[in-house]
Amino acid sequence: MMLAVYSLWRRDVVRFLRQPSRIVGALLTPVIFWFVIGSGVGTSFEGGFLSYYFPGSLALIVLFTAIFSTISIVEDRQEGFLQGVLASPAPRFAIVLGKALGSTTLAVLNGVLFLLLIPFSGLTPGAGNLLAAVACVALLALALSGLGILIAWPLKSTQGFHAVMNVALVPMWLLSGALFPATGASPWVRTLMRFNPLTPAVEILRAVLTNTPAANLASAAGSVALFALVTLSIATLLVSRPSR
Amino acid sequence: MTAQALEVTDLRHRYGERESLRGLGFSVAPADLFALLGPNGGGKTTLFRIISTLIAPTSGTLEVFGVDVVARPAEARRSMGVVFQSPAVDPWLTVIENLRHHGYLYGMSGAALNRGIEHALERFGLSPRASDRAGALSGGLRRRVELAKALLPEPPLLVLDEPSSGLDPTARRELLQELRRLRDDAGTTIVLTTHMIEEAAVADRVGILHEGRLVAIGTPRDLVDAIGADILTIDPAGNAAALQQKVKERFDLDVTIVGATLRIERKRAHEFVPKLVEAFGNDIASVSVGKPTLEDVFTHHTGTRLSS
Repeated sequence: MMLAVYSLWRRDVVRFLRQPSRIVGALLTPVIFWFVIGSGVGTSFEGGFLSYYFPGSLALIVLFTAIFSTISIVEDRQEGFLQGVLASPAPRFAIVLGKALGSTTLAVLNGVLFLLLIPFSGLTPGAGNLLAAVACVALLALALSGLGILIAWPLKSTQGFHAVMNVALVPMWLLSGALFPATGASPWVRTLMRFNPLTPAVEILRAVLTNTPAANLASAAGSVALFALVTLSIATLLVSRPSR
Repeated sequence: MTAQALEVTDLRHRYGERESLRGLGFSVAPADLFALLGPNGGGKTTLFRIISTLIAPTSGTLEVFGVDVVARPAEARRSMGVVFQSPAVDPWLTVIENLRHHGYLYGMSGAALNRGIEHALERFGLSPRASDRAGALSGGLRRRVELAKALLPEPPLLVLDEPSSGLDPTARRELLQELRRLRDDAGTTIVLTTHMIEEAAVADRVGILHEGRLVAIGTPRDLVDAIGADILTIDPAGNAAALQQKVKERFDLDVTIVGATLRIERKRAHEFVPKLVEAFGNDIASVSVGKPTLEDVFTHHTGTRLSS
């Protein structure tokens, strides 16, 4: 079990080292958005948008990396690599976990690279809070990798993946508190934001990076963990089921 | 009684309107080299995918050493090495990394894995390319990596889907030799699918799969002997159907049209040729007489030709 997880994780990391552009690309767009939109809105947004938008951009980087990295499942299926894994006796949960951990590692790496830009954001979190942010990034990445796997699993082509990205995942991010707070939003948006599984993660990132004490940090962390558990479980069910 | 390496009972597979397997039943004894011969689209690949647990049958059962592949897939997978038609290797990993990855998936590690990899590299002549990326290898070499991978955990059953497609004749011969050696030395049971007569001819037993049914099964010799006649092939000078009609009426025998030729199964066919030529010499471009081959066995049972 652990060998299979390790091997699949290692494969993703080795592939990344051999073609880093595929994954680093997931970093650039959010960074540019953050810098341009953040500076553009500037102080029209109370407290400065560059700093408000920083935690949300971090979440977007995690989302993009997790999704871009799990998209390779579609190629693995086309190229034939996947059938070799599925015909092996490796436990199905190990297959899901190995893939998810590989994608999580890359997301954490991208997240940490982005955190290096924090001096430009006006935020001044302490070392402990930065570590908490990285931990939150890891947990969120695990959840989103699980989500990526279960989206990629039934797809025949990567085009379908882009459609899901635009129709479901980007709106999910928009409504997570990443771009605007829930307080001033219309009631239906507020409702969507409350039930969005991405919202608790953005709340945590905002709390730790802005040094704002939040009462519900533990329950928010629990929500992110639950999100991960749910996506990884569904992904495992999907992978365990032989196709017709 | 010890379990058969492969036991297939009334196996059916339907996908939408398409019924690709229509009640297959056969078994393969341990340490047998078994070939499933049939044209593309005859159901071979579906059967292969059911054996390798990638898809589930609609009904019926399939057991590998007594283990039902649907009920206990994890256990069945452990006793099988699978060689896919399109090699299941990662092009971004090196040959040795691909082997190592495969070993891990099968629970191998440490010294045993290293020894296995070294042995596999040597056996398949891959040592000089061990550090090359799989994506940089030729199709034939990639196929060898695939085979080396499948044999790494030393499975008692090896299943191969069209193993020699895309190989040149020399490579194909080497592959078949390697498979026979495996059967003789390690007692490995080998089940392969093929649409090539030459490949099926070297098997211990052959099953002929046509339109989702097993139309014949036996040793190549038994299958050929069962025809019990010579094969007469007529290349007509004019219209094949017209000549078929005439020959049928004149000699009162079965004449089938296969492709553009007429085909007659008959004992002591050489004695019949003069009569035939005397009667219809102007309608015949050429006549040939031969002992039946597996190709003729296929035609005998299906009324069609395997290769074009």
